[in-house]
Amino acid sequence: MAKRAGMEVAMAVAEAVGQCNIDMAAVYPITPQSHIAEHLSELIADGKVDAEFVTVESEHSAMSAVIGASGTGARVYTATSSQGLMLMHELLPIASAMRLPIVMGIANRAVSGPLNILNDHSDIMPQRDSGWISIFVENGQEAIDLSIQAFKIAEHKDVLLPVCINIDGFQLTHMVEPVEFPEQELVDKFLPPREPYATLHPGKPVTMGAFAMSDYYPEMMKAKNEAIKNSKKTILAVWEEWAKIFGRAYKPVETYKAEGAEILLLTMGSMGETAEVAIDELRAQGKSVGLVKLRLWRPFPFEELKEAVKEAKKLIVIDRAVSFGGPGGPVFSEIKSALYHEEARPMICNYIIGLGGRDVAVTDFTGMITRVLREDSKKIADTCEFWGVRER
Amino acid sequence: MTKKKGPDTWQEITTGCVVFQPGSASEYHTGSWRAQRPVWNNQKCIKCGICYIFCPEGCIQQSEDGFFQANMDYCKGCGICAHECWPRAIAMTEEG
Ligand code: SF4
Ligand code: SF4
Repeated sequence: MAKRAGMEVAMAVAEAVGQCNIDMAAVYPITPQSHIAEHLSELIADGKVDAEFVTVESEHSAMSAVIGASGTGARVYTATSSQGLMLMHELLPIASAMRLPIVMGIANRAVSGPLNILNDHSDIMPQRDSGWISIFVENGQEAIDLSIQAFKIAEHKDVLLPVCINIDGFQLTHMVEPVEFPEQELVDKFLPPREPYATLHPGKPVTMGAFAMSDYYPEMMKAKNEAIKNSKKTILAVWEEWAKIFGRAYKPVETYKAEGAEILLLTMGSMGETAEVAIDELRAQGKSVGLVKLRLWRPFPFEELKEAVKEAKKLIVIDRAVSFGGPGGPVFSEIKSALYHEEARPMICNYIIGLGGRDVAVTDFTGMITRVLREDSKKIADTCEFWGVRER
Repeated sequence: MTKKKGPDTWQEITTGCVVFQPGSASEYHTGSWRAQRPVWNNQKCIKCGICYIFCPEGCIQQSEDGFFQANMDYCKGCGICAHECWPRAIAMTEEG
């Protein structure tokens, strides 16, 4: 029987990872990821999970350790947040170029400075181009499910790439939520032992992370790009299998009351649940509004996104990070460029919200939508606003 | 650059660029990078072996007479041997 529990989401993530028959974990604790590190090390120390927990002195070492362990063919896990992720940055493209399956939980948190420990997406956005599959979750159950699915996706012979699961720090990691842990027997069936493509073994020497200059480097980059683009097929297949076994369906782009809506709101991560309430309120007032939630950040789901927004007149893209001196938020610029060649495309505007853990309320979303409903399309198209920032 | 025996197109590159053939780095002739070559003056050489130890390519070998010489297939001309040799028995000369 699937086990139901009321549990803090960070601990639930550690429990879920513990169900995945991991061989090794190297996790350096950092707020708000710490409870993943603590609980996973506890599970291993208590003998409940048969794996090696490597204690390291930094996130750079944590990522280095899982890269090495993955090279030996082990199933590996790490988790981090904010500055820790920034410290890992150097190694992220190496892990993906070496096509090493690694699963990483990210408790998304604002990056310094100023020093801040609360949630936003400014840690993951600078990692966008590192060649990692990047997925966002909205609640505790999704955090559990995706953490398990991530191993299957990462290790699949048609993928062989590292995967990060974005879990909003505090807003999700520190919430106690009702969750359901899938039955161990079913997880074992869903996630058989890893079959590595190549391993580091003295009996059969191979070179991993070989040197390549201008004569091979461009071909390697093209191969890596094709690999991550191609991974979407496997991600979809894994989600289909998951839905069949466990009854919970996942899509690259989720929608909520979006069909036929004139105005769409687009969010990522835990904001989605708050936004749903806003949509319900406005729908009750007879407003034609809906919600689109971007789950799959890399590979970017172009077809699914176009399909989801094609009938809308106006699209409000919410960002929880800033691209300084750029076109607004990173999600905004991606959505805008994805739709550039579409004949029928909505007017797009951008609100940046929830930076450094600033509360995101239902009234924020209803306020944005109400304003966009009022204004004419031309005017909104220029909007890229830090929503709710105090001004003189 | 040395002629390659490796893959041509991006499709032929192994996943993660894993090299399954051990010792294949020896096929890469770093000697093609060289702009200067080390020339030994054995009259000054005291056979201390410092050049042999410091060469980053590991391409310096000791001959039967106890003197040292570099394998020009791999000597990249970095000049470290000449810099470290304190009797100044190695001179870096321009490649023609
Ligand atoms: S020049 Fe550099 S590579 Fe060549 S023999 Fe001297 S130390 Fe070795
Ligand atoms: S370092 Fe100079 S003296 Fe010593 S063995 Fe090499 S060439 Fe001879």
